Amino acid sequence: MLAHPGDFAEWRSAARGLLAGGVAPEDVSWRGSEQGASLFGDETVAAPAAAVSLPRELLEIAERVICHRDAEVPARLYRIVWRAARDRQLLARTTDADVDWLRKADKAIRRDVHKMHAFVRFRRLGEEAGRESFAAWFEPTHRILRLTAPFFQRRFYGMDWAIVTPDARAIWQNETLSYGAGGTKDEVPDSDIVEDQWRTYYGAIFNPARVKVDAMRAEMPKKYWKNLPEAQDIAPLLAGAEARVERMREAAVSLANPLTDKWRTRVPDELLLDDDVRTLEELARAVDRCTRCPLYCNATQAVAGEGPEQARIMVVGEQPGDQEDLQGRPFVGPAGQVLNEALEEAGLDRTRLFLTNAVKHFKFEPRGKRRLHQNPTTGEIDMCRWWLDKERAFVQPDLIVTLGGSALRGVTGKSASIKSMRGTVHELEGGTKLIATIHPSFLLRLPDRTRAAEERKAFVADLIRARKLAA
Amino acid sequence: MSAKPILEKLSILADAAKYDASCASSGTVKRDSVASKGIGSTEGMGICHSYAPDGRCISLLKILLTNFCVYDCRFCINRASSNVERARFSPQEVVTLTLDFYKRNYIEGLFLSSGIIRSEDYTMEQLVEVARILREEHRFGGYIHLKTIAGADPALIALAGLYADRLSTNVELPTEAGLSSFAPEKKPETIRKTMASVRVGAEEAIDAAKSRLIGKAMPPRFAPAGQSTQMIVGADASRDDDILKTATNLYSGYQLRRVYYSAYSPIPDASSDLPPVRPPLMREHRLYQADWLLRFYGFERAEIMEGASGGMLDLSIDPKLAWALMRREAFPVDINRAPRELLLRVPGLGTKAVDRIVAARRLGKLRLGDLAKLTASVKKVLPFIVTLDWRPGKLTDSADLRARFAPPAEQLALAL
Repeated sequence: MLAHPGDFAEWRSAARGLLAGGVAPEDVSWRGSEQGASLFGDETVAAPAAAVSLPRELLEIAERVICHRDAEVPARLYRIVWRAARDRQLLARTTDADVDWLRKADKAIRRDVHKMHAFVRFRRLGEEAGRESFAAWFEPTHRILRLTAPFFQRRFYGMDWAIVTPDARAIWQNETLSYGAGGTKDEVPDSDIVEDQWRTYYGAIFNPARVKVDAMRAEMPKKYWKNLPEAQDIAPLLAGAEARVERMREAAVSLANPLTDKWRTRVPDELLLDDDVRTLEELARAVDRCTRCPLYCNATQAVAGEGPEQARIMVVGEQPGDQEDLQGRPFVGPAGQVLNEALEEAGLDRTRLFLTNAVKHFKFEPRGKRRLHQNPTTGEIDMCRWWLDKERAFVQPDLIVTLGGSALRGVTGKSASIKSMRGTVHELEGGTKLIATIHPSFLLRLPDRTRAAEERKAFVADLIRARKLAA
Repeated sequence: MSAKPILEKLSILADAAKYDASCASSGTVKRDSVASKGIGSTEGMGICHSYAPDGRCISLLKILLTNFCVYDCRFCINRASSNVERARFSPQEVVTLTLDFYKRNYIEGLFLSSGIIRSEDYTMEQLVEVARILREEHRFGGYIHLKTIAGADPALIALAGLYADRLSTNVELPTEAGLSSFAPEKKPETIRKTMASVRVGAEEAIDAAKSRLIGKAMPPRFAPAGQSTQMIVGADASRDDDILKTATNLYSGYQLRRVYYSAYSPIPDASSDLPPVRPPLMREHRLYQADWLLRFYGFERAEIMEGASGGMLDLSIDPKLAWALMRREAFPVDINRAPRELLLRVPGLGTKAVDRIVAARRLGKLRLGDLAKLTASVKKVLPFIVTLDWRPGKLTDSADLRARFAPPAEQLALAL
């Protein structure tokens, strides 16, 4: 018979002795009154101790399950420990009856612990030297105070508190946690100064239009209600719910609040027609409002071109990628990184270039946690040309470098292959020169290292040619 | 500022917050008050401290700083043209309430939102100020969820991320059209930009942590419980397919931790073009189930919609079952052999049950009796599985399979 039910240390030392002595579970009585070996002063316990090792997980579970109020627990636990000493895989055998029982008992304890973490309600005792003190009365289903007290210690370090239960009490004072004997409800104040506020909150946060009593009771069983100050309001709230919804439904829509105009002081965004755009900055704002094609629906924002209006070279990419879409700037993602390095190698200063894209909104396909880039259609590129042409009109570059096929389409309006266009300098209507090269993301996708190095070299060579041409 | 007593303000400003579905307080970093000697801890898993009779948990003090608002979103009780009674808390009042409630173990922390007053930036500053006082002046270690104000300066969002565990920006309505007709001042692109700045802030903090010099202090965490959003279901004509499309875009684009679906609840003094009906709670439930399939079961949106009709999920049976009934050729699945991905597609088997099955079958072949110990819903899975001692035979293809699961017709009518 255990002197302190629920005391893990006592059970463990008893079980350890029995296990070392090789006493089979069926020969032990944990109740004391029945036949078989008793736990204390018995010859079997004195038998030579052989070290018995048990899985750590089992000991952790046992420490919880011993708190269970079922009188059979010490005996069943011992049987499992006995079996586990002979079968290292025992805990994994979830279909075994003992293991199934153990898991269920453990679950019941963990649920009880969780509910105690949730439903303890402290009441204020007073304050001394700037330190507040509180007390709570709680009736857990099992003997779990020692399992829960460290949680409250971690949470409420900066105040003094005591939790009184019928079995035991935990006290946190002077930064020390101690335990004492069980107590009664009247040791704890029966009300608290902010309880009215809490009950007001509880009533106000309840939405009478979606009553779901079963869902509430499943998570907050009635047995806890007597210690929850808000629980006394459940019945009246429910009783009034239907009428409240009915009143809402019946209430005719009233006229707008006369104060409305006073509040509404904001001036609507200045409506700027796309044709009236006067500066590059205005252009960027106009682009961000673009709804010419459906791409705007999913993208975060339009990414307008970036760079000085006096730039001699304009670099045109395909469309913003994931990072560009988030940050609202062109070429800041992985491909932008490749471009930056290549520009530097070619002796081009990025800050003196005008960087933009043929399509201003990011086109993608969501796939789990990522957005997969999708090529824009020629229709989308042609639609977006409106903006690219405007940017060209502002910057009036001497030279345009197109990166990839979409950029080439965006600038020329024709779908020519890069292969056929590359290596020579073309002249656009109005005298602007054009150099067509690959998109830097192409370099990121090449698996063959030698090939990637060659392509990169050719890419840098194109950029060098651009630099010389614009000089 | 109004001189209303605190109880009255609390009543008004909690009432105004009750339509927000989110109340989670989990998924953040572990923190306690031992080192700071202050108050408050978070241990990864949030705690629901109470439940309202509407079945929803109460884990946080969920309130508005003010329900004054310059916006006029028609689905919102706090819209400028509403005749609702107004109130406003000072940041200090919210701090005191939070601490008072927290010390009595009523709550896990604070979920603070606000109507928009003066400007987006001013409102956001006020929200951040509450979090700052709690963290810096009171060494508060509990959970803080701040609602970001769409359109606020990214620098304010960055500051909010330093104090808050979670940030959220509500998209409100799933489609552009819905938003522009119901919330004329809210711009979808502004909402998305704000979400983007939260994601960028989080990624920058991670990069800073990775590239930190050895021996230097860890840079501060940025909203470690991530960001979330809420969509209102049933206020406009959006279909479930539209809603899930928006959700998948948001998950992939802004790395959202959660999308909350909130059944549109009739509000007092409602705008006349809104449905005065009961909130579509079952529809909300089905959307959550579909959302789960997307995130934890490897389903694509298009697959989920196979079991739907006209872009709407089946209200009488859950979306996984609806999909399975359309895809009978994929069943039965052998419990003892099928890979994890296939087991996850069996109606009635959740992720936990699947993990248990995969672990248990390593130690021996499973029978139906064994399965009963691993999952609570053996009856439901019967037509879709094979075990050592069970084959469904013609059951899998039987014409009345749907009827076995669908509730009787009158109950269906109630669910609508």
